[in-house]
Amino acid sequence: MALKGNLHDFSITQLLNLIHLARKTGTLAIDSKSAATRVSFREGKLVYATTGAADSRLVGLLIKVGKITPDQGRRIPENKTDRELAGMLVQAGLLTKIELDQMVRNNIKEAMDRLFALTDGIFRFEPNILPEDRLWAEPPVNLDSIIMEGTRRLKESEKLQEELPNLEVILRFTDRPDARLRNVNLSVDEWRVVSYINPKNSIRQIAQANGMSEFQIRKIIYGMLQAGLVEVIQPISVPVPAVAAARAAAAAKSFPSADVKRSVVNRLIDRIKRI
Amino acid sequence: MQTVKMVITGPFSAGKTEFIRTISEIDVVSTERKITSDAERIKDQTTVAMDFGRITVDDDLVLYLFGTPGQKRFDFMWEILSEGMLGFIVIVDSSRPETFREARGILDTFRGYADTPYVIAANKQDHEDAWAPEDLRIALKIGAAIKVLPCVANDKETVKSVLLELLYSILETMDLESQ
Repeated sequence: MALKGNLHDFSITQLLNLIHLARKTGTLAIDSKSAATRVSFREGKLVYATTGAADSRLVGLLIKVGKITPDQGRRIPENKTDRELAGMLVQAGLLTKIELDQMVRNNIKEAMDRLFALTDGIFRFEPNILPEDRLWAEPPVNLDSIIMEGTRRLKESEKLQEELPNLEVILRFTDRPDARLRNVNLSVDEWRVVSYINPKNSIRQIAQANGMSEFQIRKIIYGMLQAGLVEVIQPISVPVPAVAAARAAAAAKSFPSADVKRSVVNRLIDRIKRI
Repeated sequence: MQTVKMVITGPFSAGKTEFIRTISEIDVVSTERKITSDAERIKDQTTVAMDFGRITVDDDLVLYLFGTPGQKRFDFMWEILSEGMLGFIVIVDSSRPETFREARGILDTFRGYADTPYVIAANKQDHEDAWAPEDLRIALKIGAAIKVLPCVANDKETVKSVLLELLYSILETMDLESQ
């Protein structure tokens, strides 16, 4: 099932969060006015990224870092896959595996930096399609650090307000086995927030304890939520106006469902099964 | 005669009217009007007050299904419709991610009205651009305890399945409350 939409409605951090949490394998294609970006994932981790017109083949990367000249690049047969070429270069002692890996990771980082600048563009996630002929990051890159890095650049307070409307909620660390704080590069401010996360403190109290503005605390918590490091344990609910709340409370008192017995629900179940 | 009520809610054009129409034993009492707003002109008509369907269990028990109006300017109706509900279903058009944020907002609003069980129906699963229910769960930030169910609103079997799952959730809640 394809995952399609527009970054205007579903941001890049939300997309990465989905891919991360659902441990997806495949390639995300994003076409915006400024560039076409392709990002590939294996089990929710980044293995490859390319953006714009830059030559993301190994030859292009070697030219970019000055390992070979454009002329030498042209002489490399086009039918050689990146993996074959990498193997030859390492075997010939012209490059180490560490240097190759660094090149691939730097290329991914540059592509992701550009990706986070996009606020509009059509995206499509193609499951199980990977660029088999390209060099992948080995081991794959964890997305939690990348998501945190991306959310640090958020400047729109309105969007944050929409995503995290209520600062009275409390947080807890997720119990996902792959969520490890020590693997994520957190800033000093983020660590200060982390130290206050427990069921006794609302987000607002954490902000007050750290002398942070609503925008600052929203940005940090939003990043942690998107990276799957923490979760809200009280619902983020839209505040109900006082009059509406009073009316709802009155309605709750005369709530017929309070009188509905198990037998009634079982009769409903039997009836619907027979439709 | 005992009557119980379920509310079917969700964003504009999510498939609420179709959902009720598919399962109701009476012609749905629909209050649809021609759409005047260009922004919402993705279908010809929309529900302005509510949809109303009925399933008779026996001489003593009737289930009413109330569909909320989808357009935001009629959201003052939501709270009135939610009074006394046994549970509610949030219908989401799985093929339109631009409506997911609104769906989340509607869900939060209904949770604010009453602490009743609910399920999410990931509608239009027959559409080629539909997001899978589990992707929708992450996109809408729905916890593991809440059911996100595949649905095609004009397919009776999936509609039945969504209603049954909501009823099973209601039973589970009753069990928890009685412990």
